[in-house]
Amino acid sequence: MSETMRNTALFGIVFALIILTGFMQSWNVALLIINMGLISAIMALGVNLQWGFAGLFNVGVMGFVALGGLAVVLTSAAPVEGAWSAGGWRIMIALLAGAGTIVGTVMVRQRMSAGRTRNLVTFALLMGGFFLYRGIFDPGVAAVEAINPALQGNFGGLNLPVLLAWPMGGLLAAGVAWLIGKTALGLRSDYLAIATLGIAEIIIAVMKNEDWLARGVKNVVGLDRPVPYEIDLQNSSSFINHAEGLGIDVATASSLFVKLNYAILFTAVLLVIFVMAQMALNSPWGRMMRAIRDNEVAAEAMGKHVTNRHLQIFVLGSAICGIAGAMMTTLDGQLTPGTYQPLRYTFLIWVMVIVGGSGNNLGAVLGGFLIWFLWVQVEPFGLWLMEFITSGLSEDSWLRDHLIKSAAHMRLLTMGVVLLLVLRFSPRGLIPEK
Amino acid sequence: MDFLNAIVALSNFVLIPAIAYGSQLALGALGVTLIYGILRFSNFAHGDTMAFGAMIAVGVTYLLQYWGVSFGPLPTALLALPFAILGTMALVLITDRVVYRFYRTQKAKPVILVIVSMGVMFIMNGLVRFIIGPNDRKFADGERFIISVREFKQMTGLREGLAIKTTQGITVVVAVIAVVLLFWFLNRTRTGKSMRAYSDNEDLALLSGINPERVVMYTWLIVAALATTAGVLYGLDKTFKPFVYFQLLLPIFASAIVGGLGSPIGAIAGGFVIAFSEVTITYAWKKVLKYMLPEQLEPSGLVQLLSTDYKFAVSFVILIVVLLFKPTGLFKGKSV
Repeated sequence: MSETMRNTALFGIVFALIILTGFMQSWNVALLIINMGLISAIMALGVNLQWGFAGLFNVGVMGFVALGGLAVVLTSAAPVEGAWSAGGWRIMIALLAGAGTIVGTVMVRQRMSAGRTRNLVTFALLMGGFFLYRGIFDPGVAAVEAINPALQGNFGGLNLPVLLAWPMGGLLAAGVAWLIGKTALGLRSDYLAIATLGIAEIIIAVMKNEDWLARGVKNVVGLDRPVPYEIDLQNSSSFINHAEGLGIDVATASSLFVKLNYAILFTAVLLVIFVMAQMALNSPWGRMMRAIRDNEVAAEAMGKHVTNRHLQIFVLGSAICGIAGAMMTTLDGQLTPGTYQPLRYTFLIWVMVIVGGSGNNLGAVLGGFLIWFLWVQVEPFGLWLMEFITSGLSEDSWLRDHLIKSAAHMRLLTMGVVLLLVLRFSPRGLIPEK
Repeated sequence: MDFLNAIVALSNFVLIPAIAYGSQLALGALGVTLIYGILRFSNFAHGDTMAFGAMIAVGVTYLLQYWGVSFGPLPTALLALPFAILGTMALVLITDRVVYRFYRTQKAKPVILVIVSMGVMFIMNGLVRFIIGPNDRKFADGERFIISVREFKQMTGLREGLAIKTTQGITVVVAVIAVVLLFWFLNRTRTGKSMRAYSDNEDLALLSGINPERVVMYTWLIVAALATTAGVLYGLDKTFKPFVYFQLLLPIFASAIVGGLGSPIGAIAGGFVIAFSEVTITYAWKKVLKYMLPEQLEPSGLVQLLSTDYKFAVSFVILIVVLLFKPTGLFKGKSV
């Protein structure tokens, strides 16, 4: 079987599964899987860029996805009245002072010769800078968070169109990735993994606790949408006529219509990123990246600046994850920092890339859809399986009760098994790298 | 008197919790470091191995309690610990046979093994949630305190009280016993010596007739025992919740790396470095400073450098600083 046929068949199977869901469960569920599958595919492309192209072991995907979500609030939400004058500028100055301290300390360190004096000066500068920063920062935060805390208590955003938030999400993630890459990319693969794991946790901790930024765990709800609201559609007479013409009831039709709109938008983004990733892969730049991945020493001997190239691709891949994160938050219509979990937002994406085929963009997209489909469908399927297994037990048996209740946790188990099976029997993934 | 009060407050809120937490981290980090030294990869499933061990201990504790067995003033979980260790040993040996061994014979790159351990992490995490559910479980019983605040105040007449929880005492005692046993094993027994030889230089060890599969098996057995002990002690001291163990992965790795991956002494030192930094930086120092400073200088705020939610940031910053300035860790570790 030729490669094209094989790939088409694989995609065909995944979409057949999703369409089957449409017939068996509901088209709403099927469209939801497609939408999240599109977003997952974009995240997988980002990770594939880092891991597949360059061999960078980034397990901080969750952090960049969350930053994308944060960008949605900062870009599209309405500004909070009086927040800037109350303490906003103060916070900005404090943040600048904090950044200035770090930059200043680094510069002073470069000027001084190594020794105890330098260490003492570094310590003194950092401590002084920290207290200065907190001194300016804390009153500002208190002032901003005091504004209507039940509903606001934050800056709000710039009130720009929500579609603009997607590239903004990418930019924000890219900026943070640059900072991280500058410090952590020199590390060995294992260390980089632990470092990125930590950074993701820190980003989530910041988003949970800095209420002035995006209300922390109090969540921001009711974010703008790039598509019409269901309720408006249900009140529009032309829409009702169309729906009746198709023989679908209006409520279902409106919800399908909204999801379809999202699907079109997301597909457009996926296509753009996919084409770009594909072009990058086949360009001299892509070949250089793979050369670095396969043999860093040789690439360095050929005059390639390995750390700079790593930084470049780390920033690019993280930006893509940021864009996907922004799209996801837009789809949800809310930012809930409490729901970001590494298993779901970091390691699941990794499963997608490995299962799909690392180093192959098409593979990453396939993995995104397939694994997302499994992630959603394992739960009902697990429940069904458990009911089947325990059908011999009596209704009030505790084992039956426990098994059925625990069916929801089947998904983690399944993901692990899928990952291990693919690694063992098809280590290069479903669509291997050429 | 004020000075004594300050010391007591410091011990109560910083020293004692940090020593207990440090012991737990050290036991966890020892497991990570052993795997790294012998099997040469960072085991992402370690947190979930701890959770699995603790889960068995919780189950057996409940069973013992149901049968009416108790351990007097000590928590029943200590009686359950051997069973939990045996259960975890079985689990990791099966995992090694079914999963890791294949890659070992292939001489796969360490990073592939890390990804494999991610898969194992998913499975173990799923198993634990499947069996016991994702919720909090308290399984500590027996006496709550070795010394309670009230007793201490009556005894000494100081204004500040000092409390030592039984679980904190047990944590330290058990950790010391575990570490002594481990070092005795590594330094005095034939198998322990072959493990160290294998860790130092694999080829040389193989040439001298050491059976690698045996070394690997003993490593897993020890790691299972350490992980379970760490998991049970952490669960007793705080509470058992599967997700928390997953999050412990970060400070544990930080401890192992700060100490120097592959170095057992380093893992212990690293555990305490991380624990003490986390606790001191997230502690509100007002109470201690109140006694130490003259009245005019008394701080108005809490003097808390960072809120407790940022404790990850602390372990992370220490990790980065150590890696940037001393890439092999405080005690010379190895790098694969």
